[in-house]
Amino acid sequence: MVAQPIKFYQTGSFAVGNRLLPPEQRSVQAAPDRANALTCGHRACQGCGEALGARYVVDAALRASGRQLIAVNATGCLEVFSTPYPETAWQLPWMHSLFANAPAVATGVAAALRAQGRTDVRVLGQGGDGGTVDIGFACLSGMFERNDDVLYVCYDNEAYMNTGVQRSGATPPAARTATTQAVGPEPGNVFGQGKNVPLIAMAHEIPYVATATVAELRDLEAKVEYAMSLQGARYLHVLVPCPLGWGSSSADTIRLARLAKESGLFPVFEAERGVITGVSKIRRRVPVDDYLRLQGRYAHLFGAEPRPDVVARLQGCADRNIQRFGLLDDEMEESGEVRQ
Amino acid sequence: MDRPFAITLGVGSSLANKTGSWRTERPVYTNLLPPCVNACPAGEQIQQWLYQAEDGGYERAWRQIMADNPFPAIMGRVCYRPCETACNRGQLDESVGINSVERFLGDEAIRHGWTVPVTAHKTGKRVLVVGAGPAGLAAAYHLILLGHDVTIRDQGAAAGGMMRYGIPEYRLGRAVLDAEIQRILDMGVTLELESRVGDVAEAMRAGGFDAVFLGVGAHIGQRTYIPAGDSARILDAVTVLRETQGDTRPFLGRRVAVYGGGNTALDVARTAKRLGTSDPVVVYRRTRDRMPAHDFEVAEAIEEGVRMNWLSTVAHAGEQSITIERMELDDAGFPQPTGEFEELDVDALVLAIGQVSDLALVEGAGDVEVSDATVVVDDHMMTGHPGIFAGGDMVRSDRTVTAAVGHAKRAARHMDAWLRSGSYDEPAQPELASYDKLNTWYYSDAPKQHRPKLDAARRVSTFDEVVSGLDEATALFEARRCLSCGNCFECDNCYGVCPDNAITKLGPGLGYEIDYDYCKGCDLCVAECPAGAISTVPEQS
Repeated sequence: MVAQPIKFYQTGSFAVGNRLLPPEQRSVQAAPDRANALTCGHRACQGCGEALGARYVVDAALRASGRQLIAVNATGCLEVFSTPYPETAWQLPWMHSLFANAPAVATGVAAALRAQGRTDVRVLGQGGDGGTVDIGFACLSGMFERNDDVLYVCYDNEAYMNTGVQRSGATPPAARTATTQAVGPEPGNVFGQGKNVPLIAMAHEIPYVATATVAELRDLEAKVEYAMSLQGARYLHVLVPCPLGWGSSSADTIRLARLAKESGLFPVFEAERGVITGVSKIRRRVPVDDYLRLQGRYAHLFGAEPRPDVVARLQGCADRNIQRFGLLDDEMEESGEVRQ
Repeated sequence: MDRPFAITLGVGSSLANKTGSWRTERPVYTNLLPPCVNACPAGEQIQQWLYQAEDGGYERAWRQIMADNPFPAIMGRVCYRPCETACNRGQLDESVGINSVERFLGDEAIRHGWTVPVTAHKTGKRVLVVGAGPAGLAAAYHLILLGHDVTIRDQGAAAGGMMRYGIPEYRLGRAVLDAEIQRILDMGVTLELESRVGDVAEAMRAGGFDAVFLGVGAHIGQRTYIPAGDSARILDAVTVLRETQGDTRPFLGRRVAVYGGGNTALDVARTAKRLGTSDPVVVYRRTRDRMPAHDFEVAEAIEEGVRMNWLSTVAHAGEQSITIERMELDDAGFPQPTGEFEELDVDALVLAIGQVSDLALVEGAGDVEVSDATVVVDDHMMTGHPGIFAGGDMVRSDRTVTAAVGHAKRAARHMDAWLRSGSYDEPAQPELASYDKLNTWYYSDAPKQHRPKLDAARRVSTFDEVVSGLDEATALFEARRCLSCGNCFECDNCYGVCPDNAITKLGPGLGYEIDYDYCKGCDLCVAECPAGAISTVPEQS
């Protein structure tokens, strides 16, 4: 379910909370007694989008399940920064699996619960884009295919950040990583490769697939809540900017997630059984420049030898998303409005 | 050691890891100065009272206004709202309708009969206030709240000053004026009407007053030399406006010319229209953009059928006509005569070229300095004579009701300190919350709600208020358009966006607290605070 926008009321549903709303309409994150599933003292970098996204998702899933939730975590940043032996930042039953098998382990946990006759406890699998898109992909596809009762969440920061920013199947074109250097005629990651796992998940015709960002909390929480109301395999793909890997300011994490969506580069939508049922419209459309210029991984496009041709290709990707997913309001589409 | 196989350490919490040590700069909550507050001549805490109104706390909001200004309902009608001109929302879509919300709150107070209790300990000091206009009444209000005994003397037959005798009824209904004045009098202020103070020093001595506040206004119409025939009918604007308040309203004639370009000129032209003049015309030396009158007043006057004669001066006034000379602006923007003349048939010419104060009452007090026909006051609003303070139109200022109310508040606070042989330090103003400090993404798209106006055809035959108020739902909507510039309004963004859970929500009205044990100093809360109410300071090493 795309969150129902709350109009007016000063900040409507844009801000995290809103004192003017009745308590039942407020977000999970606004609650003074929220679960804080990932609590203080974890070792994520300053301004980590993944730490933020994980708390948003798991807190919402905890509320939706009445705090009866087990999490299974693939190897990756999220696992490393949250659980350096012997400490843990998790405030729920949490298991670390291998890099490659988190979806399979989550399947096993769900099967064990079923064998015990426990219908009250739900299972959440989670990992980064490396563990999901590349290394754990076979297990994920199997989980989808068997329609196991797991909500799997991919926190997508678009590269292997924990090991030193290597390219993953989710790294966008032209981005500089340790393995796609900004050299040669086509600097950075190549165009036309990588995978769009939300669309692949849809191809499995599982009950629910959705994308979201850390910039739209109400939308993200509504999707988690809806996903938790369903049985079977569900997939949520959350864009979580990474100040370290993206070469951005720690203060810009949410802004970047917002610009990714507002430029059209990251379409926010949801689908049920293979059919798109809702998209988050762009509110204030921006050119991709606004998004790219804030990131060191695209600095080679704007430096001493700028590459407007590459920027134009990226703009083409955004425009294609906008058209393909219908990201503009009809009115905006007609006027061709682009706010600088 | 009773641990499972291969486990050598007990389970620990990440709370042991005080990540606050990573920080090189720290976020701190601040309260900046909202531009509306900065612009308000009366020093109203506008952002704060809008905040109170946003959740329906109209009485709390009204009491917040009353701390600075005893006339919310009057302000909501006559203030020229510099706050709305300064409002940051004007750069986003349209400024917040602060003035309409203030009017709504003021009207609510009258409807419910809200009053301000006088709780201060009586000081036993006696203060004389000369003039029952906005400055005098506001000064009396603040002084009685501070525990002093206040007597107002006014030469008029009713209190209100220019609010009654200068501002036409179609802008300020008299029931509202009476209600807000009565509320001050009911607090225990003594009002002596038709009581002219001829010599202030003498009145102070004779009455045994410890201090005086002068707020006699500027109610004498300025004259200028215009060659005129014996039978030319030349009136002055303030007299016309004053007489309109009398039992028999004056008839100026079928065709009336008003000379001047200020708000008073438009008030007179619009009043003349209501008194039966079919064709009022305003004669002004310069162009519309250089007119001192406010734009909405010009627009409303034109809607009502007032004709504007730009770039014109009156060269001669005759019995049934005036001669007008065309002007043109020179490079410096000054009007220069062109030698082209034109006859205009009029029954009367009204001069609206400014007002001066009657300062005879300070002539006896030798140390009160007068300059440019205004009384000179220091930073404390005190004249050269110890204990005699002054404010409003009689001192150099903008000459608006709001400015007068602002003077009165300052004067009252300094007078109170003076009477107690102490001093009053005005609070230091924090940094301005400019538009670039806001993160406007978070505010809902909400179009400004405009107050309904009477049809122009209805207006010209009656003195009913042209602009009416907002109903409750609309006023609430408008209050919620406030961006709360520079001040926390508890949107929970900081609490939500912290990746480290380092912010604690303290509860409604209490705000938040940053746990510096865990805050890594990423500045996400600073960047995502809609109101710019969090700033960054370098960490001490």
